[in-house]
Amino acid sequence: MENIILLGTNHNAAPVEIREQLASICLQEDLSLEVHGKLESVEEFLFLSTCNRVEFLFTAHDREGAIQEVKHLLKGRLGTASQPLLDEYLYLHEGQEAVRHLFRVASSLDSMVVGEPQILGQIKAAYRNAAQQRTAGVILNRLMHKAFSVAKRVRTETQIGSHAVSISYAAVELARKIFGELNNKQVLLVGAGEMAELAAGHLMAQGVRKMLVCNRTLERALELAKRLRVGTVAFDQLLDTLKEVDIVLTSTGSPDPIIRREDVKQRMRGRRNRPLFFIDIAVPRDVDPAINQIDNVYLYDIDDLQGVVDFNKLERQREARQAEHIIAAETLKFLDWFHTLEVVPTIIALRRKAEEIRREQLEKTFAQLPHVDEKARQAMEVLTESIVNKMLHDPILFLKRKSGRSSKQHCLDLAQQLFNLTDAASPNELPSLDSLED
Amino acid sequence: MLFMMATGCYLLGTIGYLIYLGRNIPQIHWTAWSFLGLGCLAHGGGIILQSMAVGHLAVTSSQEALSFFALMLVATYLVVQLRLNLRILGSFVSPLAVVFMLASSVMPASIIPRSGIFQSTWVVLHITALFVANAVFALAFSAGVMYLLQERQIKHKQFGFLYRRLPSLERLDAINSTSLMVGFPLMTLGLLAGLAYANMILQSAWHRDPKVISALVTWCIYAMSVHQRLAVGWRGRRAAWLAILGFSAVLVTFLGVNLLLKGYHTHFVM
Repeated sequence: MENIILLGTNHNAAPVEIREQLASICLQEDLSLEVHGKLESVEEFLFLSTCNRVEFLFTAHDREGAIQEVKHLLKGRLGTASQPLLDEYLYLHEGQEAVRHLFRVASSLDSMVVGEPQILGQIKAAYRNAAQQRTAGVILNRLMHKAFSVAKRVRTETQIGSHAVSISYAAVELARKIFGELNNKQVLLVGAGEMAELAAGHLMAQGVRKMLVCNRTLERALELAKRLRVGTVAFDQLLDTLKEVDIVLTSTGSPDPIIRREDVKQRMRGRRNRPLFFIDIAVPRDVDPAINQIDNVYLYDIDDLQGVVDFNKLERQREARQAEHIIAAETLKFLDWFHTLEVVPTIIALRRKAEEIRREQLEKTFAQLPHVDEKARQAMEVLTESIVNKMLHDPILFLKRKSGRSSKQHCLDLAQQLFNLTDAASPNELPSLDSLED
Repeated sequence: MLFMMATGCYLLGTIGYLIYLGRNIPQIHWTAWSFLGLGCLAHGGGIILQSMAVGHLAVTSSQEALSFFALMLVATYLVVQLRLNLRILGSFVSPLAVVFMLASSVMPASIIPRSGIFQSTWVVLHITALFVANAVFALAFSAGVMYLLQERQIKHKQFGFLYRRLPSLERLDAINSTSLMVGFPLMTLGLLAGLAYANMILQSAWHRDPKVISALVTWCIYAMSVHQRLAVGWRGRRAAWLAILGFSAVLVTFLGVNLLLKGYHTHFVM
């Protein structure tokens, strides 16, 4: 029986110093080349390395040997100083736990920011790598494809990735709840800081095309405007610009509010009450809080946005519970398949033997009856084939049913003795039991 | 029979839409939408059969009027859904249809004698235009309720589960605006047709009929909504409140006057 084993560490298990060492010495392409010849007890092998995670997924008949080999490989690469520490930072999952862990990682439940989408791409890259190096075989191929489809299921059936968990994303999400499509909306950036630039980037990614930068020192405004490829507004024209724009993002270092309630209120009529959304990420605040009371004007300061983020994080956790359920079910499904792998060689051998006997006997018969025409020959082919299939149907079904049971080994032995099967094929010769369906 | 089927379908559709409000699964929406469509067919068939039996458009009793209104509402929503793809609106509109159907079924089933007075194109125009206008106003009402719910959450920065499911404020306001711009001319047309016909055949003092007066008040509310929106740029919260006020006036005209007051409409309507 082959074991599925997962050995690795992540942001929960190891401090960042260890993770970064591991990540830097374990570049994917590099390592899989080296592994190729060295790991003798390991059958199939896949290696994943991201900034928060280093994991080895492998299958082996000789469990102990394989684990030692992988650990040895790691230690060989790691500086001697960290070597003794390694064991306490590594986690080891086997069988069901390994499968579940992989599915959780792929679905981004094990990520530092739960629900972040990058991890799936990283796993796909790791799998591509393994496929290129031909270190992934029947089991890992199936397992990885399953992991991708589970991740997809989690993403579509739960809302795990759909709520913003960063300040700037939360602001964009709110803007979309107010305006719907953002591509015909105009944005005014007041202040040219880093946060403003980050949020501006998100807004542009959401389709915003018209943007203006306004800053007390024109130079910095011009710099930022150049990077974002947008226009600028003089600081003293800021208030008049409020008639045109839809979203105002402020992040100046000003000690006093720069936009007051009256400034906005008197301009709303000129805007024909089109909604105006203020995002104030400056501390101290740039926008008078009373502005939120004006009709069709919405103001979110940094604390409000943090509130949204906290709310979304809670939501993600709730969705994560639902995702765990999906993963548990899919893990069992995969294990069902995995357990059938053991009966596959016996079934193949049984089929092969029956087919050989059929061929042999048929040829003998044909040799004795030279006058038989083509049509009759074909009829005999069909006849013998269907006899063989019908004969084998029940024994094969019996073996398949036993695949998940503890009495499996006994039944396999019995079947092999009963039919005198000596050369049971290796499971790697045929991809899966699915192709053996009657 | 057909009416009961229709009510059943609307009820199933409503349940589907309410589930859809909680869980974003497209299949549920599709099923609910189909149930509404099915109900709509049965309902339409029922009304046609009944109209053929009495010889005029069967919307003269309060019972028939409510049921016809439910049909218009569902049909309007089905069309709007196809064009705008605003699924959540169904969760707000379909319960309204069920309420109207149920209200219709508890109304006394008075049989209106065959009368030549209903067999005029003017009457058909009057009734159809007003009912479609009312259905459109019901959509505006639903969008208005949705707007106020959503606006409150965004303004007060307290988010419930509806926050994720409701569309953007701008979209809801656009629906309100479109409904108003479609419904108001229809309503005007329907009222004019009614007044013209009343002038032609009824010598009675139609202008003292409470239903007519109530309808004119309703018309004024919508006229003001149109004016405020176009000339002053009222939108958002205030426009949503106006849509709710307007639809309340529609209901008063439609039901309150029928049930409580006497007038020439009620003469043959009760």
